[in-house]
Amino acid sequence: MSAPTQTTARGAAASSPDAAPRGFLGRSTRRWLLLAAGLVLALVLPWVIYPPVAMDIAAWALFAVALDLLLGYAGLLSFGHAAFWGGSAYVAGLTAVHWGLPFPLAVLVGAVFAMALAWPIGMLSVRRSGIYFAMVTLAFAQMLFFVVNQWRGLTGGENGLQGVPAGFFGVEAVEREAFWFYYAALPMIIGGMWLAWRVVHSPFGRVLVATRDNPARARALGYDVDRYRVMVFVISAGLAGVAGGLFAISHGFVSLQEVAWQTSGKVVLITVLGGIGTLWGAIVGAVVIVILEDQLASSGFDGIGIITGSVFIIVVLLFRRGVWGTVADAVARRTGRRPADEAVGAADGEDGR
Amino acid sequence: MTHADLETAAEDAPRGTVALSARGLTKDFRGFRAVKEVDLDVAEGEVHALVGPNGAGKTTLFNLLTGFIKPTAGTITVHGTDITGKLPEQIAHEGVARSFQITSLFDNLTPREHLELALQGMAGGGMRFWRSDRTLLRYRGRADELVEQVGLTALADRPAGELAYGQKRALEMALVLALDPKVMLLDEPTAGMGREDVERTIELVRRIAAGRTVVFVDHNMHVVGSLAHHVTVLMAGEVLARGTYERVRTDPRVISAYLGEESHA
Ligand SMILES: Nc1ncnc2c1ncn2[C@@H]1O[C@H](COP(=O)(O)OP(=O)(O)OP(=O)(O)O)[C@@H](O)[C@H]1O
Ligand SMILES: [Mg+2]
Repeated sequence: MSAPTQTTARGAAASSPDAAPRGFLGRSTRRWLLLAAGLVLALVLPWVIYPPVAMDIAAWALFAVALDLLLGYAGLLSFGHAAFWGGSAYVAGLTAVHWGLPFPLAVLVGAVFAMALAWPIGMLSVRRSGIYFAMVTLAFAQMLFFVVNQWRGLTGGENGLQGVPAGFFGVEAVEREAFWFYYAALPMIIGGMWLAWRVVHSPFGRVLVATRDNPARARALGYDVDRYRVMVFVISAGLAGVAGGLFAISHGFVSLQEVAWQTSGKVVLITVLGGIGTLWGAIVGAVVIVILEDQLASSGFDGIGIITGSVFIIVVLLFRRGVWGTVADAVARRTGRRPADEAVGAADGEDGR
Repeated sequence: MTHADLETAAEDAPRGTVALSARGLTKDFRGFRAVKEVDLDVAEGEVHALVGPNGAGKTTLFNLLTGFIKPTAGTITVHGTDITGKLPEQIAHEGVARSFQITSLFDNLTPREHLELALQGMAGGGMRFWRSDRTLLRYRGRADELVEQVGLTALADRPAGELAYGQKRALEMALVLALDPKVMLLDEPTAGMGREDVERTIELVRRIAAGRTVVFVDHNMHVVGSLAHHVTVLMAGEVLARGTYERVRTDPRVISAYLGEESHA
């Protein structure tokens, strides 16, 4: 049924020395240039954009990368990732409020919480796939939403958790100014993205793509497919947790919105818009959507959903494989190479429409 | 099972250690009994053919033996170990590997990458998400040997989705070999092949069968006759006859039930 069309975990160039004569140098150089451009952009972002928005972009980008790890590479569509983003946001916020932890530590505690939460949820949901997996993850996320909403004494209920400090070892610039906070948070964002890249280009990543493309064969080769799925689910939740924790602390409060289903939906939208199975696409999607929402919000327009929804529909109809997937494809075609190069993916199970 | 069957079974019972054995294996699909109380004994080192008309339950039996579906009743043992109810990946680690009747590959991976994946599957280490996938290069040598063994060297770096049918079947075979199994279950290894490829596959199976136990399904009687020491005939989910190829071929029930059907198929 789900015979995903274009994807592969084509890893380091070293694993395909055959590609060397024509493409090796060019591709490798292009990859490094891309990385350098991405880093430069990340570094100048708060100079060109209002720093709190820059921070939002960074957090959502990591969140989307985390989701892409699951959706693009394992072929699992989670519709409950707000549980990990938001769950971590609350735990990070609470530890910062009550224990006065410096924010990187608070965020790590939040991420560990997200992973601990993801373990049982993953075990129970990876047995299902497709729409059932999405529904089971959504159901668990809704349970967390319910708990957070009810437990007012701890979470503040609908008012959210107020007054979360951004402690940073007494460095006042970071603790007070969004501009400097961004730079203090950036290593965690980039570290998270690096981890996602590492996972994709690891032996584990190879197996993951195999379990996505043909689980029965992967099992026949001796791979315990569910174990791989649980593992990537937990890793993805951890990265989503880092992103959510940083997001909450940068805002100084945790809103109930962070555990709401709309947040799960938004990250899926961002990832699909950017192009799944590429990691870069998730980042592009976050940049587009967060800036768009910010522009619309500051213009006083109150139909943000209409606009982002329309953009999403247009992009998905025009570029079936998202912005990044389509661009990468075009580049690959022009240089006469296999488009599957960057694991440009469509694990959407729409048998090659 | 009739009296005659039991007699045949006893006469041709495999000598030596039993590698693969099933007792009373039964599978119901929503009231439809696809496999009915099948007993099967395959001796170590034997090449055993499983034949029968379309829909006889051969693939279902393979699915049962490899854990892809759970039996309604019955037990399966491999070299004395009870594997009933185990998962496919566990059974693979017990040394039982299967090929698929309908080619089942990773379209975006090259033959080389398929084999690296298969070799890693047996060796372990697939969970290492913190390592570079260059660690898979350690399997490159063995992968290339296997690629060569099935004659795919020239296509080793072509995505499997672009391979021709016969080449895909060859890769299917290489994947089974990569697991270095004690027991190989091959579901129609020569299906849809031209005569030349059939001969090559017969040669290949003969070569790789050394030191292993092989059970294969095939509709091509030439293949069965050239390879099989013993034959089990399945019909509507039941064992109709078993014995040497010569004996089974001349069994009147088999002729009427199976070979008759084949000849006008
Ligand atoms: N998952 C399933 N659900 C319901 N019925 C099934 C299922 N799998 C197989 N069957 C039925 O069981 C019977 C045996 O099928 P099976 O595929 O085992 O036959 P086979 O001997 O391999 O045939 P062929 O020679 O065509 O490959 C068929 O009638 C088939 O329709
Ligand atoms: Mg069959």
